[in-house]
Amino acid sequence: MAHWPYIIACYALTIGGTLGMAIWSYAAMRAREKKVTALRKGGDE
Amino acid sequence: MHIFANPTRFLSIARPLTPWLFWGGVALVAVALVQGLFFAPEDYLQGDLVRNMYVHVPAAWLGMAGWSGILVASIMQLVWRHPLAGIAARAIAAPGALFTALCLLTGSIWGRPAWGTWWVWDGRLTSMLILLFLYFGFMALASASDERASISRIAAIFGVVGAINIPIIRYSVVWWNSLHQAPSISLAGSTIDGSMLWPLFGSALGFTLIFAAIVLMRMRGIIADIRIEARLRRMAEA
Repeated sequence: MAHWPYIIACYALTIGGTLGMAIWSYAAMRAREKKVTALRKGGDE
Repeated sequence: MHIFANPTRFLSIARPLTPWLFWGGVALVAVALVQGLFFAPEDYLQGDLVRNMYVHVPAAWLGMAGWSGILVASIMQLVWRHPLAGIAARAIAAPGALFTALCLLTGSIWGRPAWGTWWVWDGRLTSMLILLFLYFGFMALASASDERASISRIAAIFGVVGAINIPIIRYSVVWWNSLHQAPSISLAGSTIDGSMLWPLFGSALGFTLIFAAIVLMRMRGIIADIRIEARLRRMAEA
């Protein structure tokens, strides 16, 4: 049985899943931190 | 640990630490996976299939380490009411569930050519699947609480009780007959050759750094959310 398709599938899932979670967490964090900064600036004016 | 009780102090450390952990982890994983894929030797029995180890084992480790983190955070929430404990537990749950799911998926893909089946209901696979359901349960309980800065008492107790599954996963292959192999790495040493062990350690450490960076990002996101809610409340009251 050819092993490489199974190996590639495992690596693709792990790398894709990890990067997906990292990008999602980063985007959510940046959006909220920007909103905090905007609210703070708005409150100071 | 109480030195981090002030979220502002925590953020002053977490902000510069997040990119270092993430990019350090990415570099380490890249080197380790290239080493594992192209330079580490084949296994005498499994051939190239053994290369799945460099992603499957770190995923399994982080699935279990994630719940251990929830256990510590839950105890800190129950005993000391540490202000960051609930936030940390919430932040760990999603990446912990992800790596548990990745462990199950990569294990299943590995099992098909190695065992001739995608799945068996044996102790190791079933206890790992239970861990995934525990994560889902914890996320549901944590999100049911209105208080974003902490988790409910029920969720914290669930975090502590669920940790019983961690030693069951660890020793399942010793206690019960299983298609899954017995542990290759223990406190007594390793049965894996050094040429395979170093890429494995590099990959496990690299994914752990990325996991830590993701948890910090999610904690920062939750803290920002709490601040947004507090400011909007103050503005509404003014």
